[in-house]
Amino acid sequence: MFNIFSPSKIFSITSRATKYVFAIFILIISVGLIEALFLSPKDYIQSDSVRIMYVHVPAAWISLGIFSLIALLSISILIFKNKTFSLIAKSLAPSGFIFSIIALVTGSIWGKPTWGTWWAWDARITSMLILGLFYLMYIVAWRVISPNNANKVTSIIAIIGVVNIPVIKFSVDWWSTLHQPSSINILSKSTIHHSMLVPLIIMTAAFALFSLLIFLMKYNTELIKIKNKGLDRL
Amino acid sequence: MINEIILMNGYGLYVWSAFCFTLTSFVILYYVIKSQLVKEQLKFKNKFSNLVIDKADKVKVQEAYKEILSNTSAYKI
Repeated sequence: MFNIFSPSKIFSITSRATKYVFAIFILIISVGLIEALFLSPKDYIQSDSVRIMYVHVPAAWISLGIFSLIALLSISILIFKNKTFSLIAKSLAPSGFIFSIIALVTGSIWGKPTWGTWWAWDARITSMLILGLFYLMYIVAWRVISPNNANKVTSIIAIIGVVNIPVIKFSVDWWSTLHQPSSINILSKSTIHHSMLVPLIIMTAAFALFSLLIFLMKYNTELIKIKNKGLDRL
Repeated sequence: MINEIILMNGYGLYVWSAFCFTLTSFVILYYVIKSQLVKEQLKFKNKFSNLVIDKADKVKVQEAYKEILSNTSAYKI
């Protein structure tokens, strides 16, 4: 059923795709940075500090997306016992973790001029911090737990952690927080002007490409590690 | 003009530090993952070059090994 996910088939794609993804990433991030830092307009209330949005928001989106994907793969790992899924989930974690850190740090930097504080125990910020801790637990579990049990333990961590995702998303609606309600909606009309939406989409695409690049490199590393063990057994 | 870009109406420190932190994190993560990959490739190359000929032939016919070998200089040895 999962023949298309055989390691050799995936490796033949991932080993070749890295350099192309890297080239496209450099191109898109260059355009995104020019748009975000120089061409996009400043906000009428927040002035130029609004430009932090172009790194903060995509980092938060990608971090949430990657964790959701890891949780989905983890459910599949527990059901189908597919080892390729665990390799994919494990390889996705480093970029997701870095993006959660970027979202927290840039959010803190943005908070100072906007709210007058670096940190507040606000529902959105706290739930985002919890996501960062779940990423950390997930990565540490792969390192410290024996290979036989790591699959199961990391899957359980991801499945428990995914409960936090809707909390992050809807925290601004459920509680009174410092964060404003969502400006970009898929189902209803977005309240953000297209002159700000375009750089935001470009930066999101660049960040997604970066996480794809890191995923490809990490996946190749993990696969070669397995093959190295195979050579030892020959 | 240059001052405007650097100062950003008094928000320059915040904006530039946020972007610098993001890009620095990208560079660090990229090099950490890249060094792990190179380390494993070198390990593979060393192990492969130490294999006796019949074992090396056995490895060469397997798909996944072929792919790794084509990405390292070991295949040319």
